[in-house]
Amino acid sequence: MVYENPDGVMVGLEVHVQLNNLNTKMFCGCSTQYHDAEPNTHVCPVCMGLPGALPVINKSAVESAIKIGMALNCEVVEQTQFHRKNYYYPDLPKGFQTTQYDFPIVGNGKVVIEGEDGEHVVRITRAHMEEDPGKLIHMGSIEKSKGTLIDYNRSGMALIEIVSEPDMRSPKEARRYLDKLRNILDYLNVFNGDLEGSMRVDANVSVMGGQRAEVKNISSHKGAERAILYEIMRQKNLLRRGGEVVLETRHFDEARGVTISMRTKEGEHDYRYFPEPDLVPMRVSDWAPAIREELPELPDAKRARLISEYDITEMHAKALTSDIRVADFYEVVAAAIDPRVAGTWVADVLKGELNYRDLSVDSFTTDDIIEIINLVVEDKVTEQSAVDVIRTILDNGGTPMEVVTDKGLLKVKGDVVTEAVSETIAENEAAVQDYLGGAEKSLNFLVGQVMKKTKGRADARQARELLVAALKS
Amino acid sequence: MTKWLSISDVKEKIVATSAEEVTASYLETIEKSSINGYTCISDGALDAAKMVDKGEVAGPLAGVPIAIKDNISTKGLATTCSSKILEGYVPPYDAHVIERLKAAGAVIIGKTNMDEFAMGTSTESSCYGVTLNPWDHERVPGGSSGGSAAVVAAGEAPISLGSDTGGSVRCPAAFCGVVGLKPTYGAVSRYGLISYANSLEQIGPMATCVEDIAAVMDVIGGYDARDSTSIDKKIDHQAALVDDVKGLKIGVPDEYFGEGVDTGTEKAVWDAINKFEEMGASWEKVSMPNTKYALAAYYTIAMSEASSNLARFDGTRYGPRSDGENWHVMASRTRAENFGKEVQRRILLGTYALSAGYQDKYYLKALQVRTLVKQDFERAFANFDVLMAPTMPLPAFKIGEKVEDPLSQYLTDVNTVPMNLAGVPCISVPCGSSDGLPVGLQIIGNHFDEATLIRTAYSFEKNTDHNKARPGEVA
Repeated sequence: MVYENPDGVMVGLEVHVQLNNLNTKMFCGCSTQYHDAEPNTHVCPVCMGLPGALPVINKSAVESAIKIGMALNCEVVEQTQFHRKNYYYPDLPKGFQTTQYDFPIVGNGKVVIEGEDGEHVVRITRAHMEEDPGKLIHMGSIEKSKGTLIDYNRSGMALIEIVSEPDMRSPKEARRYLDKLRNILDYLNVFNGDLEGSMRVDANVSVMGGQRAEVKNISSHKGAERAILYEIMRQKNLLRRGGEVVLETRHFDEARGVTISMRTKEGEHDYRYFPEPDLVPMRVSDWAPAIREELPELPDAKRARLISEYDITEMHAKALTSDIRVADFYEVVAAAIDPRVAGTWVADVLKGELNYRDLSVDSFTTDDIIEIINLVVEDKVTEQSAVDVIRTILDNGGTPMEVVTDKGLLKVKGDVVTEAVSETIAENEAAVQDYLGGAEKSLNFLVGQVMKKTKGRADARQARELLVAALKS
Repeated sequence: MTKWLSISDVKEKIVATSAEEVTASYLETIEKSSINGYTCISDGALDAAKMVDKGEVAGPLAGVPIAIKDNISTKGLATTCSSKILEGYVPPYDAHVIERLKAAGAVIIGKTNMDEFAMGTSTESSCYGVTLNPWDHERVPGGSSGGSAAVVAAGEAPISLGSDTGGSVRCPAAFCGVVGLKPTYGAVSRYGLISYANSLEQIGPMATCVEDIAAVMDVIGGYDARDSTSIDKKIDHQAALVDDVKGLKIGVPDEYFGEGVDTGTEKAVWDAINKFEEMGASWEKVSMPNTKYALAAYYTIAMSEASSNLARFDGTRYGPRSDGENWHVMASRTRAENFGKEVQRRILLGTYALSAGYQDKYYLKALQVRTLVKQDFERAFANFDVLMAPTMPLPAFKIGEKVEDPLSQYLTDVNTVPMNLAGVPCISVPCGSSDGLPVGLQIIGNHFDEATLIRTAYSFEKNTDHNKARPGEVA
């Protein structure tokens, strides 16, 4: 099956990734851990742009950028070159942003995503390093704000801007691309994606017959999907009514789920880029081999290895590797018990329960899941009870044995079930007669009665089998 | 009296009296001064001197007062670049050179007047008004470090720091009859120097003698990790204070004696070159064919960089703020009302030179010329140890003379800008007079060869009397 893309949708994404795992900002020694701090407390003369202060390149940031480039199958440039992007804005303390221009640190890469019609390649144009501006806090909405406060804690944070080609053909593909990107970045351990503003997206969207609109201010993957969906509908409707889609920048209003025109791009800003005289080029091509050496196993490779090493299904492998913490968790469990059984319990059961509660895998221990699976394998609790144990631990805490004991979940022995079957047959003559008369449904009633007598600790299948055998004799 | 004391004179006085008394006597001289050399005086100067007396601070410059150009950041002491737009700005940090000076025991006595944001050759564009030339109060002290040169010449400080983007240390040194050094680009950290044109400028010392220049350089020079353009190269300046130029090969570039060079200046410089020959050096003419493009390239690059460097002054975080219905209007008005005319002119021209469609024609072309100018120096230094030329083509001009014609003022930089484009070190030393006004001999050295520069300048000073000339008592 080939995806036809009937509206000629083209989506390209610019993703700003904040390297908040680094110890210091892009060009100064200020700490990156400002997220819970008072405004303007993580600042210095450099990131405040005070007169006379000079930038110094954070080598670790460059290494992270190269790592990201390699993970995205990019080529690495010979030496760093920074430029100044000149424009006036209150969040920009120097009146220019230090960024990269014609020599981005990495370029010409690709990422494979699960597209509308199977594997789909999204080409990566480039990824460059730059500094984050400060943060404006508008008192009221952006359109009619009474005043604006500025917090420069974010100013000077290292950003990597990853620019894709317009290779995505639907909101879903854009979402998948973002998920994949996040997945890869998590594997690289270059950022903490859970922090606010750690991944910000601008989307370039066009449909056949119109120009592209750039949608800014998208702060989540779900938001990106919604913004693009809205933008496609808006552009299609406009064209259908005989209108024209113009080149413009639009703002995504997350609360209302709509995009609002900010400015037309006709008088495109002249940023007067020129090489930053305060930063001398840094030769990085020599670093590449060592960085490549240290590159961790990436999602696609890990997925293939899990399948071949543990003989688990493609579906389980995908589910496990979509979050590196889950994959690591799984491998610990798989070392202790049958990897295929572990695959089912971790990928299907545990991950489902975690997702339902919006919890990360850190909320559960490998020891606990191993113990729970062993209880099932050793036939001590039923599968249903095991799920109950997992849920209870997630909701109320406790150890597996505590939960099993508290709830009396230990599976009852076979003779107890046999006794319950005999009693049930003796006490429910009418239902027995119905069943023997051909009413299969009556058997369900009888199984229910057995379960009731054993307080649910019997295995339903076993109860059914024992009932059928007893009734036949 | 504090007139014309060298560092060793000051040290003797400290031994005889105290650091506190020495600083107090300078403050007294400054108090009585009429040349407008300082923009502000440090409240902490006497306390810093007392610390020296108590033995709490020691070092090679212990108790020696030093005046600092107003574009070098001093913690707790107003730093305004002689511009209204930095009115009230007090840096929360010290520039690298200030840290070094304080650690060496120097006493920061005050900040000196300058052309606004170092843009000028006369100190007339200062928001505080012009500084008067101690030799003739009707004349400019040169610029942009006019205050730093004038206070040394007037005996209001034994040493000072200036900054040199296109001649801003050497020009006022020449006009005021003192010694001024522009180090090799990268030899002194710029951390804390408020940028005008960052790829061109260096902080440099000014003093009454070469010995003091070497002493200050040994304190402020050297690597600083906070300035990425700083270069890790150790130079021992004081070890180069040797009176010996035998065998020294001097190149004399024809192009620096071109049209418009004042005859008195030309004569003084040639007398100096002949003196060197007498002292055992040899000289030969050398051609530096790209000199004629240097001035245009220099101004294009300097203004382009300035247009970006000065973008941060928008009234948001420090300095005065004008009213406006929104941020952009507020920022524009703040800039329009608080930047002086010359600064606005250079920001506009620089913005233009960097604009899309013009960048190739101006900024990028200027960078190409810069490479050619560098090559001129590389060729010259393949054959010569130093080059010599007039620092300025003319002596100090009258106040107001060139205010209405900025281009004529730009032209006076013709002999000083090529070294900033090339990044080579150069020093201006007094070498006589023209019409009773001091003339500066410019000695130019190869990258990081400050040692030869200092040795040459020192030998000249030891074998001539030019350095003993003093401004008369002007009414």
